[in-house]
Amino acid sequence: MKKNSKSNLSRRKLMKSIAAVGSISAMPGFVNYSQASSSAPIRIGFQVHRTGIGAAYGRWYDRTTQAAVKIINDSGGINGRPIEIISEDDGTDPKRGAEALEKFANQHNCDVAFGTLFSHVVIGSAPRAGELKLPYFVVSEGHHVASGMLNRYTLQPGITDVKSQVQAMAPFVKNNLGKKVTMVYPDFAFGHDHRDYFSAAFESQGGEIIAKVPIPPTESSFSKYFPKIPRDTEVLYHVMVGPAVLTFVKELGEFYGSKGPKLFGFIDSVEAVDLNTPGLEFLDGSYFWEGNPRYAQDNQTVHDQFYRTAVGVDKNGASVSDPKDVSTYAHMFGCWETLHIIKKGMEVSGYSDVKDRSKLIEAVESMKNMPLSQAHPQGAKIFNGKTHQTFGHQYISKMTNGKLVLAHTTSIEDTFYPDEVDYTKQSF
Amino acid sequence: MELGPYLLFASLEGLVHAAVLSLIALGLSLVFGVMRIVNVAHGEFFMLGAIITWWVSSFVSGNPAIGFLLALLVVPIIVGMTAVLSDWLILRHLKYDPEATIIATIGILYIIQQFALMTFGPDAKPVEQPFNIRLDLYWFGFSAYKFFVIFSAIILLLAIWLVMSKTKFGLILRATQLDSETAQAFGIPISRVYNIVFGLGAAIAAVGAILIVPIQQAHYLMGGEPLLLAFIVVIIGGLGSLKGTVAAAILIGMSDGIISVFFSPNIAKILATLLVVVVLIIKPNGLFGTTKT
Repeated sequence: MKKNSKSNLSRRKLMKSIAAVGSISAMPGFVNYSQASSSAPIRIGFQVHRTGIGAAYGRWYDRTTQAAVKIINDSGGINGRPIEIISEDDGTDPKRGAEALEKFANQHNCDVAFGTLFSHVVIGSAPRAGELKLPYFVVSEGHHVASGMLNRYTLQPGITDVKSQVQAMAPFVKNNLGKKVTMVYPDFAFGHDHRDYFSAAFESQGGEIIAKVPIPPTESSFSKYFPKIPRDTEVLYHVMVGPAVLTFVKELGEFYGSKGPKLFGFIDSVEAVDLNTPGLEFLDGSYFWEGNPRYAQDNQTVHDQFYRTAVGVDKNGASVSDPKDVSTYAHMFGCWETLHIIKKGMEVSGYSDVKDRSKLIEAVESMKNMPLSQAHPQGAKIFNGKTHQTFGHQYISKMTNGKLVLAHTTSIEDTFYPDEVDYTKQSF
Repeated sequence: MELGPYLLFASLEGLVHAAVLSLIALGLSLVFGVMRIVNVAHGEFFMLGAIITWWVSSFVSGNPAIGFLLALLVVPIIVGMTAVLSDWLILRHLKYDPEATIIATIGILYIIQQFALMTFGPDAKPVEQPFNIRLDLYWFGFSAYKFFVIFSAIILLLAIWLVMSKTKFGLILRATQLDSETAQAFGIPISRVYNIVFGLGAAIAAVGAILIVPIQQAHYLMGGEPLLLAFIVVIIGGLGSLKGTVAAAILIGMSDGIISVFFSPNIAKILATLLVVVVLIIKPNGLFGTTKT
C-alpha cells in the first residue's frame, strides 16, 4: 500500500513538472533564450593529467589553457561565442583517457576534445575519438599522429613530434659532443620514439649508438640502471619522464660526479624541476633540447613576453607566485597554440555546432604557415594537413651557472621528414 | 663497467634496498604474527610516512638534517596514531576476522591514498638529504647517506629484536602471538595489545619511509610496490618470524639489486615471485616459519 501511494505521488509530481516545463517554454521570454544558441559557449573538453605520473605537466597545461582561454574570450571569443573549458582528469591512464572522451562527447556535449600529453594516453584515447567522431587535438609530441597510427579525428597542430625533434638534434650531438652515444629513455611509446628515430638519425650522420637503456616510466630509483652505460660512452643521451625525474638526475650526478660522459638531455628529464636543487651542480655545461626556452633569453620576443606574463611565469620559468613551482615551459605552449588554432579553424569553417565538426577538421587540415605571433609564441610553424602534424624550430640550451642559455636554434626544414600517411584520404 | 666494481655496486644498492625492505616487512610481519590479519594498507602507511616527512621537513629551513631529525621524532608517532585510530574505528569492530579485515584494509588503503592525493597533491615531493656527501669509489660514486640508511636499519632491527626478546612488552607480544586465548586468561589485555601492535607495525614502516625519502622522493602512489615486496619477504621468511623476515629481506633486496643491475628490474621481480611459489611448495610455512599444529 505504502509503496503504491509513493509511486503514485511521484508519478503525479512528474506529470506536474512536465506541465510546468511545457508552460514555461511556451512563455514568450523563454523562446528567445532557446533560440539564442549562437551565443552559447563553445565547449572544449580538456583531457588533463591532474593525477598520476603526468600530474606536473597537467598542472601547467591547465594554467596555460586557462590563460589562453581568458585571452581569447576577452578579445571576443570564437565567432562571438566564449570558450568554456570542461576539464576531466584522466589520471594519466589510457583507459580513463578514453572514458573522458566519451564523457565529453555524450555527457558534456563538447564541440571538440583537447590537451592530452602522455603518448600512451593519446594512443589509448584516439580510437575512441574516431568512433565518437569527436575532433581530438592532442599536445603530446609523440610520433603516433604523423606515423599514421591514429585517425582523421586526431590532430597535433600545436606541438612538434619526437621524430622531427630528434632528427634535428642528431647533427648537433655528433658535431659538438661525440660519436659514441648511449641512450637512456623511458620504456613506453614516447621513449620508443626517441630510441628508434634518434638512433636512425644519428647513425645516418655517421655516429654510433653503443647501448640502449630503457627504464620503466613508473620507476622510482635509477642507480641500478647506470652500470649498464658502457665506459667508452662519449655522450649520454638522456630523456626521462614521470614524478621521479629529479631522483633520476640526482642519482646520475651521484654516480658520475664530474667524471662522466658528456650529457645531452631532453628537458623532460628536468621538466618542472628547480635546476638549483642541491645535487644538480654536475649538469653545468651539459646541453638540453628545449621545446621552448624555459629562461627568458636575451633575444626574447615580445610574443614570448606576452605569453609568459599571461600564464604567470617569471623569467626563470617558475610560477610568479612561487619560485619553487617550476613550469613545464618546453611543452605547455602547445596548449596555448592549439587553442588559437582551434579558434582559427572554427572561424574559417564558420563552425556553429557539432554537425560542423568535419568542416572544422578540413579547415585545420588546410592550414600551412603559422608565423611567429601572439598565437604562436614558441616560434613559426609549418603544419602538414596530410599527416596532421606541425613542424617548428627546436632549441638547444647549455646549462651555464645554473641557467639554461640558448646555444642553437634549428631551422624548421631541419625537422622535416617524408610523409608517412595522408589522413585527408580517410572518410569522416 | 668491470665485473668486480659492477658486483660491488650491485651489492651496495641491494643492501640499501634490503635495509628499507626489512623494516617495511617487519611491520607487516609483526601485525600478522600477533593479530593474525593481513594488512593490505601497510604500503599506504609507508607512503604516509614519506609524505609527512616531506611536510615536516618543509617547515624547517636551514640545515636539512634538522628537518630530518624532527621527522624521525614526529612522523612515526603520527603514522602510528593513524593506524591505532583505524584499528580502533574499524578493525576492532570486525573482531579481526581474517577475510573481513582484508576487505577493510583495502578500504583503508584507498582512504589514505586519496587523502594524501587531496591534501598534498599529485606531485613527487623531494626531501633534501640530511647530509649531501658523495663518496668517490673510483669506478663509481655512492652517496654517503645510503650507507647511513643501511647502518640505521641495522641499529633499528637490533633494537626491535632486543625489545621483543628482553623486555616485558616483548614477552606480552610473544605470548599473544603464541596463543591469544591463553594470554588473555593470564590477564593480558588482548584488544589493547592488538591496538598497539597495529600502530607499531605502521610506525616501523614509517621509519623505513623516512630513511628512503631523501633518496626517492615522496609520492602518493609509492605504497604499492613496497607492499608487494613486503608480502613476498614475509611469505618467504615465514609469517611472524623476525629472524626469517630479516633474512628474506636481505635475500630479496640483494637479489633484486644484483639481478636488476645485471639483467633487468622486471626479471628481478619475476624471480622473486617465482621464489615465493617455490618456497610455498617446499616449505609452506616459510624458511623460518614454525609449523603450527
